[in-house]
Amino acid sequence: MKGTPVSTFAPRPGAAPLHRQVAAQARMEARLMLRNGEQLLLAIVIPVIVLVGGVAGADRLGLDLEGHRAVDVLVPGVLALAVMSTAFTSIAIATGFERRYGVIKRLGASPLPRHGLLLGKVLALLNVVALQLVVLVVVGLALGWQPTLDEPVTTVGSTVLAVAAGTWAFASLGLFVAGVLRAEATLALANLVYLLLMVGGGVVLPTSSYGAASGFLQWLPSAALGDAMRAALVDARLDATAILVLLVWGAVGTLLTARTFTWE
Amino acid sequence: MRYGDKVAVDGLSLRVERGSVTAVLGPNGAGKTTTLETCEGYRRPQGGTVRVLGLDPHRQRRALLPRIGVMLQDGGAWSGVRAMEMLDHIAALHAHPLDTAMLSDRLGLADCGRTPYRRLSGGQQQRLGLAMALVGRPELVFVDEPTAGMDPQARRATWELLDELRADGVTVVLTTHHMDEAEHLADTIHIIDRGRLIASGSPTELTSGGRSATIRLVVTRPFPDGAPESLRTALGPDTEVTQLDAVSMLITGPADGSTLATVSAWCERHDVLPESLSLGRRTLEDVFLELTGHELVG
Repeated sequence: MKGTPVSTFAPRPGAAPLHRQVAAQARMEARLMLRNGEQLLLAIVIPVIVLVGGVAGADRLGLDLEGHRAVDVLVPGVLALAVMSTAFTSIAIATGFERRYGVIKRLGASPLPRHGLLLGKVLALLNVVALQLVVLVVVGLALGWQPTLDEPVTTVGSTVLAVAAGTWAFASLGLFVAGVLRAEATLALANLVYLLLMVGGGVVLPTSSYGAASGFLQWLPSAALGDAMRAALVDARLDATAILVLLVWGAVGTLLTARTFTWE
Repeated sequence: MRYGDKVAVDGLSLRVERGSVTAVLGPNGAGKTTTLETCEGYRRPQGGTVRVLGLDPHRQRRALLPRIGVMLQDGGAWSGVRAMEMLDHIAALHAHPLDTAMLSDRLGLADCGRTPYRRLSGGQQQRLGLAMALVGRPELVFVDEPTAGMDPQARRATWELLDELRADGVTVVLTTHHMDEAEHLADTIHIIDRGRLIASGSPTELTSGGRSATIRLVVTRPFPDGAPESLRTALGPDTEVTQLDAVSMLITGPADGSTLATVSAWCERHDVLPESLSLGRRTLEDVFLELTGHELVG
């Protein structure tokens, strides 16, 4: 960074404007997320494997899902899985270790305010999520995915809304976990929750395919995000209930995080 | 300040003059870091008043933080971040940062600018921590154990840099448990032990302290019981005697030949064989041992 030459240490203190601080924080966090191998595995590799494996398996068995081609149902689900992995698991683990290594403490002594730090994290997260979705959409199209084109405006609008609400819900919960548990416990719990929700949380497969459990599952943020994505991209529909469920989770998570977040 | 039942800092009262270097000196666990972190607004004191640059560090933290620089005792960077990346990031949070390339050069970090933080040596991490504290051009810097883990050469360079900060009008508050560091750098030294202030003053004031001579007596076999009291009786009321360990004692008193003669005579009378008997000006180390020695007895 070009600044004042070090011919003098004469004081000239001051905070950068908040938007510059937030942008710097977002750039830094996004760069670190993309540099980290384990996080990339979670963000890109696992969703791609699930997608390719799911489509290949369904083809071999000649399966349809509720009268739709498997790939058309699986792509929205895998997009939801990708959002969940980054917004919840990656954020929780990264923040847990930031706390452990004193990064949060150090930033707490910098001009960056607490809401600036959180805003920077959210922006970094949205950038990474956008990148993931681009990769997965390309892979999906290559596998023959045909999203519904009946109501393009509704489809695009509902998808954006679902991704935004889902990101908010999962990120606030991830930050809460990182704020109350030790780094190792956060690592373990965030991965465990991710695996459980991937398999049994109604995210990749429609809630209705879980039979009797579906009545309970639909209140989970994972199923709500998956259902909202499928409604948008398969049926060109806004699933208002699912969006509402995500917003409630987001509000609860934000409240809990605000109550518990500390610099150390 | 209390952590649970443990009182970490108690009844500590000290002032720092603008543009000066102040050292908070004390052994590990004395409460140095707690004192600093209270000034930095990390902790809210359970009692008493703290003002930093006229601001309450806890309630007016947002106004205070851009004006101060903080060097933590350890950590403070992502494990995968490159050294220069980290410094650039902290610089970007400030309005008028120093040139980071020149600053890192100045601190000997030029060679490891692309090295991830976790692969930096302890000394390099310390220097990066110092650079992060300075890059925002603060009025006041708090540095916690600035030279811990540094080799002698890096230590010298850091001392020079801290001297330069004072010359440029930056107020420096540092903690250390190295007597020589405090003596070399500080305008004012506050010695704390177990959360209490036990002495304050310039290095000269502390080492002269009204008594001008120190005799350090080391003997071959452990002293007999009651030796300090007996020696004090022999020397008279102007003299302080502190037993440092089983075989050494520190005697401070009027600087005249009779003190030395009395000590020799006392050794002979009590069948104690001196291994060394040295006379000199008090060092900070003597002051510290003497003061904590009293505390231990009292």
